[in-house]
Amino acid sequence: MTRELKYVGKPIARADAVDKVTGAAQYTHDLCLHGMLHTALVLSPHASARIVSIDIEKAEQVQGVRAVLTGNGLCYQLGLYLQDKCILARDIVRYHGEPVVAIAADTLDIANAACRLVEVQYEALPSLLDPRDAMEESAHLVHPDLHTYNYMKGVFFPKAHSNIAHHQKIRKGDFDRAFEKADIRLTASFYNPPVQHVPMETHAAVAQALPGNRIEIWTSSQSPYTVRHLLSVCFGLPHADVRVHVPYVGGGFGGKAGLGLEPLAYVLSRAAGGRPVKVVATREQEFNTLPSRQGLHSTIEIATSNDGKIVALKSTYIWDAGAYADYGVNIGRSAAYSGAGPYSIDNCWIDSYVVYTNKVFGTAFRGFGHLEVLWGIERAMDLMARKLGMDPVEFRKRNLLKEGDTTITGEAFTSGHGNPQQCLEAVAEAIEWRTPSAPPIEPHKVRGKGIAMLHKAPAMPTSTSCAVVIKLDEDGGADVLVSGVDYGQGTYTVLRQIAAEELRIPIEKVHITWECDTAFSPYDWQTVASRFAYMGGNAIIEAAADCLDQIRFVAAQALDVAPEDLECEHGTVYPKGHPDRGIPYSQLALGYTFENGNSIGGPIIGHGRFIAKGLTHLDPDTGQGLPAQFWTYGAHSVEVEVDTETGEIEILNIVSALDAGKVLNPKLCVGQVVGGVVQGLGSALWEGFVFDEKGRLLNPAFVDYKIPTAKDIPHRTQQILLENPQPGGPYGARGVAEHPMISIPSAIGNALYDALGIEFTTLPLNYERILTRIREKAESS
Amino acid sequence: MYDIRFTVNGQPEHATVPATMTLLDLLRDRLALTGTKEGCGIGECGACTVLLDGKPITSCLMLAVEADGHDIETIEGEAVGGGLSVLQQAFIDTGAIQCGFCTPGMIMSARGLLNRTPDPSDENIVEAIAGNLCRCTGYEAIIAAVRLAADRLAGAKQGRGQS
Repeated sequence: MTRELKYVGKPIARADAVDKVTGAAQYTHDLCLHGMLHTALVLSPHASARIVSIDIEKAEQVQGVRAVLTGNGLCYQLGLYLQDKCILARDIVRYHGEPVVAIAADTLDIANAACRLVEVQYEALPSLLDPRDAMEESAHLVHPDLHTYNYMKGVFFPKAHSNIAHHQKIRKGDFDRAFEKADIRLTASFYNPPVQHVPMETHAAVAQALPGNRIEIWTSSQSPYTVRHLLSVCFGLPHADVRVHVPYVGGGFGGKAGLGLEPLAYVLSRAAGGRPVKVVATREQEFNTLPSRQGLHSTIEIATSNDGKIVALKSTYIWDAGAYADYGVNIGRSAAYSGAGPYSIDNCWIDSYVVYTNKVFGTAFRGFGHLEVLWGIERAMDLMARKLGMDPVEFRKRNLLKEGDTTITGEAFTSGHGNPQQCLEAVAEAIEWRTPSAPPIEPHKVRGKGIAMLHKAPAMPTSTSCAVVIKLDEDGGADVLVSGVDYGQGTYTVLRQIAAEELRIPIEKVHITWECDTAFSPYDWQTVASRFAYMGGNAIIEAAADCLDQIRFVAAQALDVAPEDLECEHGTVYPKGHPDRGIPYSQLALGYTFENGNSIGGPIIGHGRFIAKGLTHLDPDTGQGLPAQFWTYGAHSVEVEVDTETGEIEILNIVSALDAGKVLNPKLCVGQVVGGVVQGLGSALWEGFVFDEKGRLLNPAFVDYKIPTAKDIPHRTQQILLENPQPGGPYGARGVAEHPMISIPSAIGNALYDALGIEFTTLPLNYERILTRIREKAESS
Repeated sequence: MYDIRFTVNGQPEHATVPATMTLLDLLRDRLALTGTKEGCGIGECGACTVLLDGKPITSCLMLAVEADGHDIETIEGEAVGGGLSVLQQAFIDTGAIQCGFCTPGMIMSARGLLNRTPDPSDENIVEAIAGNLCRCTGYEAIIAAVRLAADRLAGAKQGRGQS
């Protein structure tokens, strides 16, 4: 008989809720250490320039200034995948907003005042602003020394003496032949601008250089162990001498993965004689100094048979990496291996180039390249359907991956992957796809419906692993130690549910330690890629089993019963069928004491771990291999209303269906979907960096860079969560946190065609762009 | 330097502050009330929202000296008698929290709304929190939380009226 689940699958409230509604939650922003210094930065006013001289003499003389640093003397190369970044600019600046000088002082006011006394002479250089230009052989090199940089060999392929930081190839079948022979062909190009993550807590780090070359860091990060590892490698220190704390984190969305401000805070502390140094990005710096999402130029060629079967697909993705591509290279890789959408395509050819330019650099952002790639693919699918005279839903159904198909990297698609077709059918039905939109009352308004598919797998190294420790408490409760970070997703709550379920104790007795601390919490790679609940959940299951084994081993001696004849429930271990003869965990947690005082056992500490299974590197020439621990599929349908006089767009409804495998917590899962959908709406309708002709970012503030507010949300949203179980997932679950954001722009773009008969290929779909195209269409007709 | 007297969450306070100090810095750095957050420093995100004489203001745009003679309420004063307020509980019940960084400001804006409009329409709610940016939740659950709190408060009032 299957045991009924008490906690998994239930809408349990967040474990951190009380801290957050009372203001008690402490973020890195809130941290204050005795003697702590504050930091201000001098930023490059040029997108590309040679640093001729830096005069810091006046700044150093300001009362209260404790350290003034320039790139000279900071000969470090940093990076996770490709070590292309320095702590402060050296010799040249590569983007407008790049830090050139950092000053730590007693107060922020003093540091800012001292920054104004720094004199930097630049010799402006030509700036490369379009990655397509940067690929030209004649283009100047953003990184002339690229060929000397360290990088993850066998995975990434930087092209020496070029601006190409990575070239990912996918080759399956014979594209040229199939394209040539096909009945119908289509080529289309698309563009996504760079955008910002906009976590409400900007990047922040506090670092203290301790005697004996040790480092202690508190940081608003998604990646405590990666921060520790990279600092340890960079400064040549034993890992244990770098201690990283991550308190509450005010949002990340990928922007706080890898390294951020931590190295800078550390070198400032070292220069200031070991006083703790806090670096907090201003909102403007969050836009123009810290990393963003890369821009993307896509060109997509599709060929089909007359009956609508895709026979060949070719994509060229040119990523605007900006000045540094450490993280961007992995986006170029992962978006390529899923770069044809969730479709069965026998002949596929993808080139994904990650290209340096003189702009603020890119990094991970919720969806990791998939929102960008699927903006093109899912719009192209609608274009092709129209060319075929087919319904877009039917055209997609004809081509979706099904059991027996293989992906473009040669992975067999099985029923364990989930069911993309069910997702498509669910959103089509909910939006009443077959029924045209009701005409609006006002004659200058029009309505339309659109649909788009989505898919994504975690992008992570083949060896990605994590561990969990569970300590049993004297009262029979449990402390769970993890090093993934819950920066809002709700994963800790879900892990708590799984721990309570597996340990057979009330959920109130499970405590997840909120602050990660690499001195105590066990290893986790990084909190990215929608893999924390999956991997951490599996590790919790193993750790709980370890605890129960220890409990049964000691209880067996106490009760004189074989361990296998014991069972656990309600925090008690007892002989099967005899709950009245049980021993509560509280009497075993630290060891069991017989009536005469003799004691056995000892503190119970369980350990669990998980490592990615069966993944392979991709073949450098063909991209064939197994890159994905699991895939998550989904679809959105939308209905929009457009005011043809103003270009304003109202989102009437967004329906989202995701195959979650198992919904571990419906309340939190729906929260992820709604939040992701609205964040996707930002990318669809408003967000995008605007640069002037010299490469200066013109909208680094909320005044000019609008993110969705409460006034901008859809009139209605619907969430459909499917549960086709994931083999190997905890309770059959797969990751869903990034996915709701993906393909929102595509679905809206498709709905705009339905409403207006206009094909949009460039994001964002702001009122100005929509109105301009409406007028162009009116003039040409 | 200026001597100012004001109350914070009902407690009388006295401070000597420079003319350039913001109310936000006074609350966070002097009074250690770090529940009030800074998200942009230019009045665009609402994370620093507190109540001044019962009305929501962005404390990053107000000088500390301007608080002289006024009553300030922050998120730290929202919980009552060791328990959560109806508004705080409603935020938990509807799932209106993710990273939590906007939550204090959001709750203070909602508190300001309920102070003046105990039975708000959804439009009132949206208007009241339109200046509070949240990047995680998509706002739906926040709007539902304020609605739920208003309903519960009205229910409690009605309950008292009947008894």
